[in-house]
Amino acid sequence: MSLILSVAIIVFIYVVIFQIAKASEYVSILKGEEASRQQNNKINGFLMVAFLVLGFIGIYVCNKAYYGKTQLAQGAASIQGEKVDQMLFVTLIITGIVFVITQVLLFWFAYKYQEDKNRKVFFFAHSTKLELIWTAIPAIALTVLVVFGLRNWFFFTGEPPKNANVIEVTGKQFGWIFRYPGKDGIFGKKYYKNIDPATNSVGIIWDDKYAQDDIQTEQTMYVVKGQPVKLIIGSRDVIHDVGLTHFRLKMDAVPGIPTTMWFTPIYTTKEMREKTGNPNFAYEISCDQMCGNGHYSMKGIIEVVEQEDYDMWMAKQKPQYYTAFPEKDPEATKTADAGVTPSVAAKADTTAKVTKAKM
Amino acid sequence: MSHEAALHEGHGHEEHGHHEHHDTFLTKYVFSQDHKMIAKQFLITGMVWAVLGGLMSVLFRLQLGYPDASFPWLESLLGKWAKGGQITPEAYYALVTTHGTVLVFFVLTAGLSGTFANFLIPLQVGARDMASPFMNMLSYWFFFTASVIMMSSLFVETGPFSGGWTAYPPLSALHDASPGSKTGMDLWIISMALFVVSSLLGGLNYIATILNMRTKGMSMTRLPLTIWALFFTAVLGVLSFPVLLSGMILLIFDRNFGTSFYLSDIYVNGVGALSNEGGSAILFQHLFWFLGHPEVYIILLPAMGMVSEIMSVNSRKPIFGYMAMLGSLFAIAILAFLVWAHHMFVTGLNPFLGSVFVLLTLLIAVPSAIKVFNWLTTLWRGNIRFTPGMLFAIGFVSLFISGGLTGIWLGNAALDIYLHDSYFVVAHFHIVMGVASMFGMFAGVYHWFPKMYGRYLNNTLGYVHFWITIAGAYMIFWPMHYQGLAGMPRRYFDFSIWESFKQFAELNRFISTVAMIVFATQILFLINFFYSIFKGRKVTVLNPWESNTLEWTTPISPGHGNWPGEIPEVYRWPYDYGKDGHDFIPQTTPVGADETGTH
Repeated sequence: MSLILSVAIIVFIYVVIFQIAKASEYVSILKGEEASRQQNNKINGFLMVAFLVLGFIGIYVCNKAYYGKTQLAQGAASIQGEKVDQMLFVTLIITGIVFVITQVLLFWFAYKYQEDKNRKVFFFAHSTKLELIWTAIPAIALTVLVVFGLRNWFFFTGEPPKNANVIEVTGKQFGWIFRYPGKDGIFGKKYYKNIDPATNSVGIIWDDKYAQDDIQTEQTMYVVKGQPVKLIIGSRDVIHDVGLTHFRLKMDAVPGIPTTMWFTPIYTTKEMREKTGNPNFAYEISCDQMCGNGHYSMKGIIEVVEQEDYDMWMAKQKPQYYTAFPEKDPEATKTADAGVTPSVAAKADTTAKVTKAKM
Repeated sequence: MSHEAALHEGHGHEEHGHHEHHDTFLTKYVFSQDHKMIAKQFLITGMVWAVLGGLMSVLFRLQLGYPDASFPWLESLLGKWAKGGQITPEAYYALVTTHGTVLVFFVLTAGLSGTFANFLIPLQVGARDMASPFMNMLSYWFFFTASVIMMSSLFVETGPFSGGWTAYPPLSALHDASPGSKTGMDLWIISMALFVVSSLLGGLNYIATILNMRTKGMSMTRLPLTIWALFFTAVLGVLSFPVLLSGMILLIFDRNFGTSFYLSDIYVNGVGALSNEGGSAILFQHLFWFLGHPEVYIILLPAMGMVSEIMSVNSRKPIFGYMAMLGSLFAIAILAFLVWAHHMFVTGLNPFLGSVFVLLTLLIAVPSAIKVFNWLTTLWRGNIRFTPGMLFAIGFVSLFISGGLTGIWLGNAALDIYLHDSYFVVAHFHIVMGVASMFGMFAGVYHWFPKMYGRYLNNTLGYVHFWITIAGAYMIFWPMHYQGLAGMPRRYFDFSIWESFKQFAELNRFISTVAMIVFATQILFLINFFYSIFKGRKVTVLNPWESNTLEWTTPISPGHGNWPGEIPEVYRWPYDYGKDGHDFIPQTTPVGADETGTH
């Protein structure tokens, strides 16, 4: 019922506006071409300036309301991020100046030079000098931005420091899998046809001697404050993207083509909670490439901790090998004696499983 | 008799005004070969898609603005796509994808170029029709067929394609990666293939007509800037659309014939490991964006050309810097082909390659800046008439400034890492491409409606349309920059689980509400448009805007062949407004002995 009423009201409003418009057309015919044109020019000329003023007020109000929510105010959480924020401000200032000058001129000229039968137009068709000036100035401004930007670009995409921790990140529909190289510091080889979602979600080749101490977690990744970390990124199915808002970085996860990204976090999660005054603060990983209907639900968490906390956490982790083969786990045999049923994964064997895709 | 008939067949169109032409309803309104009718067909079809695409955006903004609300009427409208009165994620992604596809291609390419290139080129260069009227007719009917197929994809059981208008594989290549990647995707590809054919047929015609069929005295540098813009647009399209087609053909192969152009090392949930190895998903992105970037200039250039025209006429002053405007159109057209990988900065591409694209991308800002300054100087010391067309032209410049400047943020790769796939990008392209070009389209419709239909659009409705739309568009897209700066990702159905992004719930509500008001205002324009075709105030003068260009020298409603007698000869460029004390001097006026030369 209220739907029909709403539709009726909307239709009524359209009819009213239409009738007013029709009526004003008759009025302008009666007034004559020139007089009605003059009046239209006056009204719209005034609206041009009004729009300019209200527009800048709107920009100010919007900035006041939302700048604080952009996290720019609280500062970036990685050394790369600090450079990004610097660049954002420089770009804002340069483009901001151009924005103000050109918008003001546009709307001011529109107002000031509305038709006036007492004024002759100035037939001004070209000026090579002016064209050169306003080619050179933008070119110089852009060169500054390019130089600044490329220095940072090569720093971000360059080699990480030698002491970087390396973590492998795999995106899938719809979540994140993290793999650490374990005590030997080397990742075991993997092959996608070995993937078994229950026990071997990235397809590790268990025969590889480096594979058996690799540690795997889902959703949450641990890194050390002040320690550079290099991510080797891949995907199991479609393109995803490891989006790290607070660190001001992201990198696509592409099936079949590993990509890398490195950063050095500055604040622990705990420190950020104090800094922002938000006890629920978390370094979230957002998927930043459309990957299907669950794209918005692929949340990962990065816990930035002090070295001791990281070491403590790492000490508690069990290699993925023991999840795939519980009988190999020294701890499990103890608990098995205590009467805990072995996991289903014990039935998995080491031969690669290949499933033909449904065409 | 037959000898004369043979002569009639033999000589060209220039000699006489009309053929012994008997039109049936079908040949006049449906399978017309007259460029003016074809232009209107493109316009109306484009408007239908604009309404549908706009409605889709209202629907998905309903989800973004009111994620917890439930609307029972939604379920009656969308059935299983809105269970319990709330749009499902599947429906949301289908809406977002179709909105993008339809607006970029069907509205702003076919609807914009198709309409104005078809309508204006023969009229402004002084030709009776296009180089090949038959091919021209085909270009519309391929577009119509593509539209029907895209429409049909909305009604299949598994739903239309839902992987974003950019259609990246493997998401778009794997039937099992998403329901929207099943039949809906096949239909999307077929529709797009037919659309490419339509664009090519049109583009070839536009180029041939502009190069070969200009009237006597119409040298290339006496062409209105509108025609130059449409010319470069056609060249861009002819060179880049085939690459998109090739990318899509490879996609069809990967989808249905077991190839691995884009696929490697894939394990699909519930299906298992696929046998495809060796392909690169990034290959598609190169092929897609090789069209994708020129595409945005295909959308922008016609708007720029028309705005130059409309601003000059309504300032009663020449467009400032005709040669510089021409040079910048040329520079933009060339650079358009050299910047595509700025859409791919975070794909893991070679950083050196990335740096080259940074340089070229920021370079393209220079000719764009020149154009803005030239438009400003055109207004300076003019005598401005605020027709609705002029208002939309001024609005275009404002939006182009705003959206173009944020392009500088995004073109700098180190910044793009942060802003890529965020609402900052959404704000940027909507302002600079979506709204700006739409304003160019509106400006063109308001300005040339009298020529198309022999009647005026209602002025008051035009003013209301303009002021609400420009204010509304800024209120919708300006705050999105802040959401982007907060890292808020695009193409998200819901933000409630995200501690980092859920602070924008109130802003999302505001944006959605304004979006509905702006959409409602476009209905006002539609009412104006369709009412005025039949009942608008009749045009009684040949040249209502007192313009110099050739289209105003035809009868008020030009018939087939445009000029009943000889096609007029041209003696000057189109921008002699306010020269030597004359308000305007049409191109067809010979140069007097006392004149101070051309420009």
